[in-house]
Amino acid sequence: MDIPAIAVFLNPATGFWQNGESKNIIKEKTLKLQGLQGKVTIKYDENMIPHIFAENEHDLYFAQGYVTATDRLWQMDIQTRSASGRLAEVVGPKALGIDRHHRRMGMVLGAERSTEEMLKDPRLSVMVNAYTEGINTYIHQLWKRDYPIEYKLLDYEPEDWKPIDCAYLLKQMTETLAGGTDEPAMTNILKKFGADVTNDLYPDYPFREDPIIPAGTKWDTKILALPKASAQLITSLISPVKHEQKVEGIGSNNWAIAGSKTASGYPILANDPHLNLTLPSIWYQVQLSAPGVNVNGVSIPGAPGVIIGYNQKVSWGVTNVDADVLDYYTIKFKDSSRNEYWYNNQWNKTTRRVEKIEMRGQKTLYDTVIYTHHGPVVYETIDKRPEIKSRVPVGCAVRWIAHDKSKDLLTFYLLNRAKNYDDYRTALSYYTAPAQNFIFASADKDIAITVNGKFPLKYKDQGKFILDGSNPNDDWHGWIPFEQNPTAKNPERGYLSSANQSSTDPSYPYYLNWSFGPYERGKRINNRLAAMTKATVDSMRSIQNDNYSIAAQDILPAMLSYLDPAKMDRQQQDILRILKKWDKFYDANSHGATIFNAWWGKFYGMIWDDDFGDAKGLMLPTRDRTIKLLLKEPQSKWFDNINTPEKETAEVIIRQSFKATTEQLNKDLGKPGPAWEWGKVKTSIINHLANVPGFGEGKIIAGGYGSSVNALIDGHGPSWRMVVEMGPKVQGYGILPGGESGNPGSVYYNDMLKTWEAGALKPLLFLTSPTEQSPRIKSTLTLSSN
Amino acid sequence: MLFIIILILTLIAGFITPWWVAAIIAFVAGVYAGRKPGRSFWAGFFAVCIAWVVLMLVKSLPNNHVLASRVAVMLHLPGWTVLIIVTAIIGGLVGGMAAMSGVLVKQAFK
Repeated sequence: MDIPAIAVFLNPATGFWQNGESKNIIKEKTLKLQGLQGKVTIKYDENMIPHIFAENEHDLYFAQGYVTATDRLWQMDIQTRSASGRLAEVVGPKALGIDRHHRRMGMVLGAERSTEEMLKDPRLSVMVNAYTEGINTYIHQLWKRDYPIEYKLLDYEPEDWKPIDCAYLLKQMTETLAGGTDEPAMTNILKKFGADVTNDLYPDYPFREDPIIPAGTKWDTKILALPKASAQLITSLISPVKHEQKVEGIGSNNWAIAGSKTASGYPILANDPHLNLTLPSIWYQVQLSAPGVNVNGVSIPGAPGVIIGYNQKVSWGVTNVDADVLDYYTIKFKDSSRNEYWYNNQWNKTTRRVEKIEMRGQKTLYDTVIYTHHGPVVYETIDKRPEIKSRVPVGCAVRWIAHDKSKDLLTFYLLNRAKNYDDYRTALSYYTAPAQNFIFASADKDIAITVNGKFPLKYKDQGKFILDGSNPNDDWHGWIPFEQNPTAKNPERGYLSSANQSSTDPSYPYYLNWSFGPYERGKRINNRLAAMTKATVDSMRSIQNDNYSIAAQDILPAMLSYLDPAKMDRQQQDILRILKKWDKFYDANSHGATIFNAWWGKFYGMIWDDDFGDAKGLMLPTRDRTIKLLLKEPQSKWFDNINTPEKETAEVIIRQSFKATTEQLNKDLGKPGPAWEWGKVKTSIINHLANVPGFGEGKIIAGGYGSSVNALIDGHGPSWRMVVEMGPKVQGYGILPGGESGNPGSVYYNDMLKTWEAGALKPLLFLTSPTEQSPRIKSTLTLSSN
Repeated sequence: MLFIIILILTLIAGFITPWWVAAIIAFVAGVYAGRKPGRSFWAGFFAVCIAWVVLMLVKSLPNNHVLASRVAVMLHLPGWTVLIIVTAIIGGLVGGMAAMSGVLVKQAFK
């Protein structure tokens, strides 16, 4: 920064000093806000969580918009900017690549369609418009000195919120949770190794699984006619792609345990969504109350209503489904003008959409995107594709669920008011994307789970590989009816759960995807729930904090069986002894976890890197397939390192990888000692959303890893932990890895972090009326227009 | 005299106006009450410096210096106290230069 910029930021009159919030709380405050129809009372508890009481729905969402903006304005701004491809307006050309990508993927188009759809619904129209009005009322009363500190750092100003911004946030979620595909890598693999190897190493159902919908659940018998597979699977890729391995730890857990297995006799529900852990916290806790609704839980700043939560009668939570709702199609253009493309044995006209991208300090850029009936051609030539997006195949159109109009907010609107199982089912029928496993428990003692979203009707494996854009049979064939989305209610076993694993066993008639998240978290949750009787809230909490490794349970005995201590040196023997004593928990103080984790990584890499290494645009077979390889096919040719003259087998690779692991650990960490503790070796970081140094929390020492129920690794993990005990009087518990305030200058920015780190939950305050007394209420804000 | 004028006006202005008003105050005060460029510089320097320290502390003390400590990390400074000193010196330079300019302009037109 140059001197004037430093003076702008540092000066005490308008600079960052003004953002330091006083630790002294004002007990009573009244504000006059134009636009309110009645009186709104907001009670703030000891964590500054707002409990909003309004006299009508308009005022309720107006107030939600107002208080959310008060705490999280910049976060809302930057997230919608990112989704709408408008980051370059504030940070300049360095964001051009990401901006163009969001537009070229069709996110803006999808948001426009969804906004239109939302505003057609009278309930959502009130909700979204009032929320928008509340945010703008807050923005309009700000002086420059009041702008959140990030505006001062980046030197720009807040702009008015618009209803479409609510849609952008949901499209952003769709990108995070349902915006990836393995198609390019799988197409390369099919071409290089052929169908037999592909089917063998990348099977459509895992070796070990414990599906979300309990095996044996009956399906609707009146299924739709299933489309037939296309004859030709291999399409031609025009340019190289890079594959990005899926990140473990972006997923979630949820479960519900029936009254038959709890101490209280009523169901208990739990949910912990795993996302990037950043400050400000992703979620914003809020209680919303007006005639007809009283709900408590977490919202997404920028979207009205409660997304995960409970009311007196029902509770619900979500995990990601990971269905295949994004497909690439190769496009054959007639000529370089790209005005026509080949489809259904004839030339068809393309359309064009011009994206206007403003850039700070630069001329406005007009980017023309070519559309086919499938969707936008993301990058028609390789020079249009930015380096950061080299995973996107060139010359392909994308068909993505985010392009579709949707009114997902109605699902949450209705869940917030749901009273029973039927209301839950009705609410879910309006949901499109990103598909979620909606867990449910009610005071009527029902538990249920639905693998829910709008799922395209496809032939088996349609979209496992890049599709042929000229073949009508490769188009999506309509939709799976909502009633036939996989669902289960009150199973005999007394619990339901999901942790991103396969939605169903192979008997489900429709195709959702060929690969889902690894099964280990789900398996562990189910094992523990199955063993429980007289479960309590604390039993649920202990599952959320469970660091046990099912993967180690599945594979470690076999790996150890190949080792011969007699052939090892002292150093290796010492490390082996630690590993043999390991209890298979990835606890923060565990040495065994550090050794196993490093060993598994080496072993996995030594098997696959020679054949499938990243540089080739391929993806590695899963851990599940690797475990099967070791347990069932130890003589497999894949153990052979193609770069050496010898013929390696499982045994050789096990020994080599163990030796390499011990050498590596000794080199990096010295002799076994405190430095070997898993909590110190793994990186768990909570950074600021824009990675501003000093605004994050940096490294935290904690247990868990990507495939333990407590999936805390790198910068991802439980972004909200919730447990709700149903009953005559519902009681919720929850904790955020941060706080309510988005202001780094507030003590409420990270006041809940220590509790979260300790794996504890806080009882949630859920008031029945604005006059209910509680020692936890620290401040009251009254809003009215006169 | 010059010192007192700039100090009081900058303090008041600091609560209601943008930061660069401090420069205008120091400049105008320099024209009005300044005599020698050197002495005016130091009067402006210390007046704005002190006014800014007061304004900073008004905000930062009730904040337990939470934010100042974070910003200090961001700017690779050892702590919030250094940040206060740095900010105060920047303010001092602005005030000093402006006050001295005021005197020099006045002298140029005599």
